[in-house]
Amino acid sequence: MSFTPDIRLFSCHYTSQQSCADQGAELRKLGFPENIRLNRVSCTGKLQVTTLLKAFEEGADAVYVVGCPVDACHNVKGSLRAAKRVEAVRQALGELGVEPERVAMYHLPRGLHPEFIDAGREMNERIGKLGPGPFRLNRQTESTLMGA
Amino acid sequence: MIIAERKPLAEIVDMVKGHDKILVLACRGCVTVCSAGGEREAAILASLIRLGLQKIGSSAEVIEGSLVRQCDKEYIDAIDRWQGQYDAILSTACGVGVNFIANLRPGDNVYPALNTTFFGGSAQQGIWSEQCAGCGDCVLHLTGGLCPVARCAKSLMNGPCGGSVDGRCEIDREVDCVWQLIYDRMGRLNRREELQTSVPIRDWSSAGHGGPRKQVRKDLTV
Repeated sequence: MSFTPDIRLFSCHYTSQQSCADQGAELRKLGFPENIRLNRVSCTGKLQVTTLLKAFEEGADAVYVVGCPVDACHNVKGSLRAAKRVEAVRQALGELGVEPERVAMYHLPRGLHPEFIDAGREMNERIGKLGPGPFRLNRQTESTLMGA
Repeated sequence: MIIAERKPLAEIVDMVKGHDKILVLACRGCVTVCSAGGEREAAILASLIRLGLQKIGSSAEVIEGSLVRQCDKEYIDAIDRWQGQYDAILSTACGVGVNFIANLRPGDNVYPALNTTFFGGSAQQGIWSEQCAGCGDCVLHLTGGLCPVARCAKSLMNGPCGGSVDGRCEIDREVDCVWQLIYDRMGRLNRREELQTSVPIRDWSSAGHGGPRKQVRKDLTV
């Protein structure tokens, strides 16, 4: 089935800093999937499990988090905490009979690196193959790539 | 404190799936400290129930609330504030809380979100271990403060048994033999000779084997 996945990205301020320059123009130019909604947070360590779950409640097909490298987090252990919470959501999805790979954690260096684009493409491709998620009925009004 | 852990989500969703309005009721006591049933966990669980119900093609209005504790009548009475907003309570308290709601709210459906596991403590973040069995006849004065009832797999009163090897229990090499710990500790305290005394056969009636236990303090009853 061909469909456009609704994917929510939560990225730390530092990792996505340059990615957001010019309202994301550079991102689009480099081929970052336009259906991925980028939400910048001060530190991924501040993300709560409920924040990730809310995205699914809103109808997301997938959610992923991009934070600092584990050994180079600006806030020391922020991205490590985020990874633990992403894992908690993975396990919960599994318990509900939903593909755990609909949520993922990436640790990437600061700035606009090819890996940031690659992670978006990878998620887009993965979810495209998985198909629509089971929570799409609750889909809210579409927002733009830089909506958050 | 009382330690607990969330039940499997499929079990929880199956419990509540027939209800239209569900109150996920957190407890701000022990289960908050052990990160099983406090306000944060209740919010997560409410979200997961909404998702779980949607996954099986069902739905319900799921709200969250919390009580200071769920093991005192005056706090249970405070459930009145959600009157009309639920037809089932999913308690994230320990089993005591669920029982108290069932005892005091005869017309309310109440379900347990947690499995109550043991009395324990947290030696490091995210890890809890059993320390007390609540057996009603404490022997810690005989064992240097380390409990053989809760921490020996056989609850031996005159250990260690033959399964103790290099200070580890035969049930699991990761588990300390508490009798080895007791022996070592009593030695450090120059009290090892106290262990020469045979402990009499234990009367387990105080441990729940004599039926549900009750405690009355006449100086406190009015």
